[in-house]
Amino acid sequence: MLLSRRDYLKAQAAAAAAAAAGVSLPASAGNLLTGEGAKLTWSKAPCRFCGTGCSVMVGVKDGNVVATHGDVKSEVNRGLNCVKGYFLSKIMYGEDRLTTPLLRMTNGKYDKEGEFTPITWDHAFDIMAEKWKEALKKKGPTSVGMFGSGQWTIYEGYAASKFMKAGLRSNNLDPNARHCMASAVMGFMRTFGMDEPMGCYDDMENADAFVLWGSNMAEMHPILWTRITDRRLSHPGCKVAVLSTFEHRSFDLADIGMVFTPGSDLAILNYIANHIIQTGKVDKDFVAKHCNFKRGRDDIGYGLRPEHPLEKKAKNADKATESDPISFEEFAAFVAPYTLDKAHELSGVPKNRLEALAALYADPTVKVMSLWTMGFNQHVRGVWANNLVYNIHLLTGKIAQPGNGPFSLTGQPSACGTAREVGTFSHRLPADMVVTNPEHRRHAEEIWKLPGGTIPEKPGYHAVLQDRMLKDGKLNAYWVQCNNNMQTAPNTAKETFPGYRNPENFIVVSDPYPTVTALAADLILPTAMWVEKEGGYGNAERRTQLWRQLVNAPDGARSDLWQIVEFSKRFTVEEVWPEELLAKKPELRGKTLFDVLYRNGQVDRFPLSDCAPEYENFEAKQFGFYLQKGLFEEYAAFGRGHGHDLADFEQYHVERGLRWPVVNGQETKWRYREGYDPYVKPGEGVRFYGNKDGKANVFALPYEPPAESPDADYPFWLSTGRVIEHWHSGSMTLRVPELRKAFPNAVAFMHPDDAKQLNVRRGQEVRVTSRRGEVRVRVETRGRNKPPRGLIFVPFFDHTVLINKVTLDATDPISKQTDYKKCAVKITPVSA
Amino acid sequence: MTSRILIAALVLTAAIPALLMGGVSGVVAADGKPGQALSGPAVSSGPHPITLDRPAEATNREIVDDVKRVRNYADQPPLIPHAVRDYQIDLNVNKCLTCHDRRNVEGSQAPMVSVTHFQDRDGQTLGTVSPRRYFCTQCHVPQTDAKPIVGNRFRDFDAVLGAAPAKEGAK
Repeated sequence: MLLSRRDYLKAQAAAAAAAAAGVSLPASAGNLLTGEGAKLTWSKAPCRFCGTGCSVMVGVKDGNVVATHGDVKSEVNRGLNCVKGYFLSKIMYGEDRLTTPLLRMTNGKYDKEGEFTPITWDHAFDIMAEKWKEALKKKGPTSVGMFGSGQWTIYEGYAASKFMKAGLRSNNLDPNARHCMASAVMGFMRTFGMDEPMGCYDDMENADAFVLWGSNMAEMHPILWTRITDRRLSHPGCKVAVLSTFEHRSFDLADIGMVFTPGSDLAILNYIANHIIQTGKVDKDFVAKHCNFKRGRDDIGYGLRPEHPLEKKAKNADKATESDPISFEEFAAFVAPYTLDKAHELSGVPKNRLEALAALYADPTVKVMSLWTMGFNQHVRGVWANNLVYNIHLLTGKIAQPGNGPFSLTGQPSACGTAREVGTFSHRLPADMVVTNPEHRRHAEEIWKLPGGTIPEKPGYHAVLQDRMLKDGKLNAYWVQCNNNMQTAPNTAKETFPGYRNPENFIVVSDPYPTVTALAADLILPTAMWVEKEGGYGNAERRTQLWRQLVNAPDGARSDLWQIVEFSKRFTVEEVWPEELLAKKPELRGKTLFDVLYRNGQVDRFPLSDCAPEYENFEAKQFGFYLQKGLFEEYAAFGRGHGHDLADFEQYHVERGLRWPVVNGQETKWRYREGYDPYVKPGEGVRFYGNKDGKANVFALPYEPPAESPDADYPFWLSTGRVIEHWHSGSMTLRVPELRKAFPNAVAFMHPDDAKQLNVRRGQEVRVTSRRGEVRVRVETRGRNKPPRGLIFVPFFDHTVLINKVTLDATDPISKQTDYKKCAVKITPVSA
Repeated sequence: MTSRILIAALVLTAAIPALLMGGVSGVVAADGKPGQALSGPAVSSGPHPITLDRPAEATNREIVDDVKRVRNYADQPPLIPHAVRDYQIDLNVNKCLTCHDRRNVEGSQAPMVSVTHFQDRDGQTLGTVSPRRYFCTQCHVPQTDAKPIVGNRFRDFDAVLGAAPAKEGAK
């Protein structure tokens, strides 16, 4: 049967008439709805996904998100979104949203081996409180822990930090950002004494050359890639260099594409420093005024368990962070062996390309922006890689000015805003402070109005160590929020799963959806997400963005913030603090942690009437005060006047974000440079004020090999990562039908000649096996990623291909961040 | 042309939720046990997925029927209804533009790239497609016939107004 256009129009008219018969349309012109009925309520919110921090406009009709689009008023994205961002409207509506707490039970009682059974929130907090108190009583604060997120809102991270570090007096709080940004953080701290980039995205409209070091921006930061593409295609002479261990979509824009042997980026970086020195291109005046030189420790191990042979062999595993001052001449001598020949030999990159790359940096007339993400950060020498790229920019003085600068991209939407700035790491406090520094602890206790000595001085368990300690039975009551670590931690089957199912442990997972992490829990808490709550994120360029609650969460689902604050009511200070601490502040006796941490006269100081009248605010109504504003303003006290100044809360609800430090209402685009940064005084020119002497550190650090390399038994490199269509573990994007259908399953991207040699064809199923575990996955030889021979790439978004059963839990010994890019595997066909 | 109209008409009148029910392959349904929850979907208490030797899912077929899909909302980038494998989009050439560029649509009868694509970062309309829009697949993706892992209860504007039944995203 064929329908003509005329028949189609008739059919449509009939359908429209039938539909109209049952509904009274408020105003319309034939089949076009007009007037009030056609209007949506549009509000701004940052995108839920990556660290770019695009602003989106969210259209709401009758309590439902019905549309989203890129925000034209946003400096970040100027009206654009990537494919994920354009489908944000649908991420909250997966049919399997959790709406009731689920506890593993048998015969009406908690049983670790029981079946997930619906219980009330009250019951859920009862059992949690019982398990937490039991652990605290038996083994003290080091037996409780929390694993949070760079996707937590600022309020959630801050509330959690207070709850854990002050309330329960445990530093066992770490975010999944440990897997993502920790090397960047330590790189910044070692070189500049202060976290986060000096430049901003505006550099992209000002640079003459872009160098991607281990970052596939075309897929992972697509909107920033539109800005670089715009510049490359419209600014005469602009060049793009892309370095990676396999060819990917960013190579499509590359003038200089370079595929290097995994780990050899360290040698390339030192070669460039050497080239700059040898060719006389050092900016001597800049270096003399603004740089110190240091030699770091080598042979620092691989962050594996201490009994691992590689750790026993490493001579400086316990001194990884130490360094000694050296002179410029000593530094020059240190990098001198990194010749073009040596860099070529180690990396496999053709010499002419290495030289072309070095020339971009060495030429004083070329403004260069270096960009990197997980290729540098998920690297057993990730901190070094960060330090070494700063070396290049410091030697040439190409830093902290429009178009010139090293730029560490972030993965998650609030890796900067929440994980780093709030300081939800196991060693950190807000505004770059650390728990190991008595001054910092005292300052935090003062702001929090708590007795001296509340915050423990010893760093807690970091992400990978939390899994090890769960497995070893030392961490017993554990709460996971806003991440899917059973899918995304390294070596999960051997090092993560056993800890969750260890009978000594009680595991709580908060999530909107039943992820593989939730399924490994004892208690699952149904969680509100994104615009179902008021929130705040901070993106990669220091831009803080706040949003309102735009729709209600499904009945029963509650935000992470509500969960933390409500749970705090279950503890009295007497139950969690020793008598000597209480004696210092007797007026706190008999109070709950809710009173002490959140009803402290600061967090509760803004009344409900301060909430925006046109928006809901579930948490504020529940607790009886404007909780989010109170948390924000107390938190902001840490940074104001200390180089981390945030604007007033209300201003962020007007602006599309502001880049801190915000001083006198003005944001800061380039830090450390006079004229741009209010913290640099007239006449200083440049001042790296994160370090006391105002100077940045240039580090002498060698090339060292990865923790595991291919051998006869496991002949392939395995690299993991993302694809543009999916966010992280896919728990949101796989529930959007269009995104699922665009990239349904993980595949093993492989060189066609390797496939031929293995006697497998495209689409055939293989086992990818390491010394730790294996998955079954299909081969892709013609896809968007084109690995060199001997390397495969498998994305981690797919819950049916848990590739992290295969990866290695080696970390950078300084940052404790996992290397997900380098381990050895073998590939065997699954017989059809 | 007539076959496209046929399918569009069927979409208009067909009961759309049918897709929601079929062939769920997600975490929830992994072991097929009956659910415990009073409301909402079942959450598996059975053997954890990480302990299973799970076969790779079958490869899905690309959808290349050249039929336009209803967008969920006006600003949604249209999906690509044809094969784009090995399409070159790089410094040298953009294959998509050989059909979708303003100058080429008469010959190709492909939809012209939207007028928004001619605007630069400052909203000025250029004579050609803006370089910031150069890499088409950052927003436009093809589809396979893969089943959704679970249904999606998103309702578009009309559905919320009650003027049409709830729709599953990609039809």
